[in-house]
Parts: sequence; C-alpha cells; structure tokens
Amino acid sequence: MSLIKIINVHKSFGAQKVLTGVNLEIKHGQTLALIGASGKGKSVLLKHIIGLMAPDEGTIMINGMDISHVRGKKRLELKDRMGIVFQFGALFDSLSVYENVAFPLKEKTKLPSSKIRERVIAELAMVGLENDLEKFPAQISGGMRKRLALARCLVLEPQIIFFDEPTTGLDPVIAASIYRIIRNLQNERKLTALIVSHEIPGIFKVVDRVAMLHDGKIIQSGTPEEIQNSQHKAVQQFLTGELE
Amino acid sequence: MILLYPIKQLGRLTLNSVRELGRMGIFISENFYYFFFPPFLYERVIKQVYFIGVKTITVILLTGTFTGMVLTLQSYYVLIHFGAESQLGSITALSLIRELGPVVTALMVIGRAGSALTAEIGIMRMSEQIDALDAMNLNPYKYLIIPNILAAVISLPILTSFFNVVGIWGGYLVGVKLSGLSSGIYYGAIADSIRAQDLILSLNKSLSFGFLIGWICCYKGFFAGAGSGFGAQGVSKATTEAVVLSSIVILICDYFITSISLFG
Repeated sequence: MSLIKIINVHKSFGAQKVLTGVNLEIKHGQTLALIGASGKGKSVLLKHIIGLMAPDEGTIMINGMDISHVRGKKRLELKDRMGIVFQFGALFDSLSVYENVAFPLKEKTKLPSSKIRERVIAELAMVGLENDLEKFPAQISGGMRKRLALARCLVLEPQIIFFDEPTTGLDPVIAASIYRIIRNLQNERKLTALIVSHEIPGIFKVVDRVAMLHDGKIIQSGTPEEIQNSQHKAVQQFLTGELE
Repeated sequence: MILLYPIKQLGRLTLNSVRELGRMGIFISENFYYFFFPPFLYERVIKQVYFIGVKTITVILLTGTFTGMVLTLQSYYVLIHFGAESQLGSITALSLIRELGPVVTALMVIGRAGSALTAEIGIMRMSEQIDALDAMNLNPYKYLIIPNILAAVISLPILTSFFNVVGIWGGYLVGVKLSGLSSGIYYGAIADSIRAQDLILSLNKSLSFGFLIGWICCYKGFFAGAGSGFGAQGVSKATTEAVVLSSIVILICDYFITSISLFG
C-alpha cells in the first residue's frame, strides 16, 4: 500500500514552470531516492510533500489524506509523523548542539528534563556528536551539521523522514558515514524515507527505489539497478554526466 | 510610450502597495487568531521584554535627558523675552509627555531593537529556520511573532515613562541649576499643567507605537526575501524597509492620535 501518493502535481513561480505533472508513489517502509539535476524542482517537490508549499494543481496524499486540504488537528497529527532534514540543516544558530536537539522535545512533549537529556544524548551518540554538546552550529563542520540536523529530526521519532540533499558538499568519507546512519535507521526503525539527492551512484546503495525528476516530471522510476540500466536518454545523460 | 511610463509606474506602485497592505493585514490577523490558542509562551515574552525594553533603557535615559535639556534651553530663551519663564516646567513637561516622549522613545526602539528583530527573523527565514519550526509542527507566529509584538507593547509605555521622567529632570538641570529658575516654580508649573488626559494620551501613543513597531518589524523580517532579494542583501533590505516604514508610520499615527485627542 502507498504511504505517499503524488498525483499530477503542478507548480509555477511566475512564468517559471517548476513542476509540470509529477506522479510518484512511496510504499510503507520503502526508501526512495528522488534524483535529478540541481535547480530542477526536487526540493520544491519535497516542500509540497511536507506541506510547506501548496501545489497549483494536483494532489498529494499521505496515508490516504490530502495534505493540501487536511486542516486542524488531523493536519497536526499528520505532520507529527513526518520529519525533514533540510539541505543546509536549518539549525537554530543561536542554540547549542544539545539545545538544538532538545528544543523539539521541550516544546512538543511534557518529558522531564532528565528524560529529555537522556534521549538527546542517545540521538547525538547515534550520529557521533555526543562529545560536542556545548558547541554552536557555527563551530562545527558541514558534515557534523548534517548529522546534527538528522539527530534533531529523529528525536521526535517520525515515521516518515525526508532528506534534502543529505550528502551534498561533503567529502566521500563523511558522505559514507551519513549513508551508514541512513542504513542503520532503515534496519532499526523501519522508517519510510524520501531522499532528494543528485549524489550518484552513492545514493543507490541505501535506497530501494529511485525516481528521476526531469523537466518538471518523473521520467522514470524503478530499482537502482533498473535506473542504472535505463535506456532513457535523459537518465543516461544524468548518470554519466554527459552534456546534451 | 514615454508619456505612458509614469502612469505605468504609478499603477505598479499602487498595486504593490495594495498587495503589501493586504499581506500585512493577513499577517496581523493570523497572529491575532493564534494569540488566543495555546501554547502561551510567557517565558519568550519575558525574554523579549528584556531584549526590547531592558536593553534599551540606557539609550532612553541618555536621549531623554538631553532632549529635556535642549527643550528647556530653547524654551527658556523664548519665554524670557515675554517674562514667562515661570511656565518653563509646564512647557517642558507637556512637550515631553504629550509628544516627544512617545515619539522619540519609539524611534529609539526602532533603531535599537526593531532593526535587530527584523534582521534576526529575516536570517531565520533565509536559513530555513522558520521552515524548520513549521516542519516540527511548531507555529512560527507563536514562537517568533506574538512574543515580540507583546514585548514591544509592554516595553514602550515603560520606556516612555523613563524618557519623560529623565527629560523633566534634564529640564530641571538646565532651567533650575544652570539658568537660576526656582525649583519650586519649575515643579509647581508642572504640577499645575499636567492633567490625567495628558498621561492617558502618552500611554495611548506608546501602546500604539509598540504595537506598530512589533507588527512592521516582525512582518518585514518574516517575509524577508519575498521581493526584497535573497541572502544578506535580502535581510539588509528588509531591515532598512522596517526602520523607514515604522518611523514614517509612527510620525503619521502621532499626528492622527494627537488630532483625535484634541478635536475627536
């Protein structure tokens, strides 16, 4: 059964048409990579799925509910099940590493501070940041920021998680450590995940399916092997990095 | 074509202004709506009162003292020609309480705290921190906007009172200590001329100005980047617009509130 279903989604910014009829499905427990060239609307599609943007046309169903039309308590419940790791972390720059992860727990739960501390330390240990509690986002590296953003997202235990370019701009070693964390999450928490990325072939190692966004549409989706063996010209050009 | 250009520009300016006003109206309406729903973040309000109010006190004490001093100095040299220097305290206190106190305090708060609010919220917008709040299902209005507007509304009357008191004291320094007027005459004229309506007018003005500063500065920060450029340039433009617009609006509102109080 599909947990996320995107049906004929269109979005324009002025005269610029970004999404021109996107159709996509993600099943329960599945990890899907949304690939495509930079600036082609992957992040815009992601913002539609999490409800930060509304489509001009089309429907986005999550767990059978239309995210664009569901309101009130149901919308809050739906959003509570989702977490997002933003491309640049979107970390609260005036809060320390510890405070960044503790913030959602303090604001959204009634847990005592001892319990909050326990959970924050556990999540930070999972991403290898348990020794940097007092540092601020400006004092840590790009890779550490990505891991911190992941820890902040995971601390609320979402069932669906969205990654926006989780490894862009990182060196191969750090990127591999992020992929390892994602793989561990799949094994331990059975999350449904959508990873927006143009980091190929690295991303293929951690996903069940791949969909390629091109010219505002999903031009092909399938297993990583199917995508790698695709005969579609645009897919091949993207995978091999050839110019048109 | 050249003849039509100014008309086109006027039309564009009008449409943009109407659009901006509409967006500002929706922004404040949504904040009013969410104001009545939990969570009620008292701690954030107190923190922002500290930022907007407490941290501005030094500036207010300095500007208030020197405004009172220069006002008394100017008034003294006019009144002395008419032998009316006994009214010095009255002129100083009325000018400060009815006009200069609320207006200069508001302008100082805009410069010190309003611009900082716009920049802070603008940077949060640019670096997706506001989106992150939204993604966590935490209402950005409740966390960023409502506490700041409330804090500005609470802080302005208190800061204005400080301004008025030190302004009158500054006037005392010039009028009594430097110019040789009797302190009894100075304070007596103040006691005779100040009525409850003057204090209510001052309070009304400072409450209104606090609300306007909070509204405009938060609005400009919240929508930084929307038509004002991106990155550092977007934040810079939003901050400049916030300072200019709130200063102009304060001066315009001051005129209307005074008119209503006198003739309304």
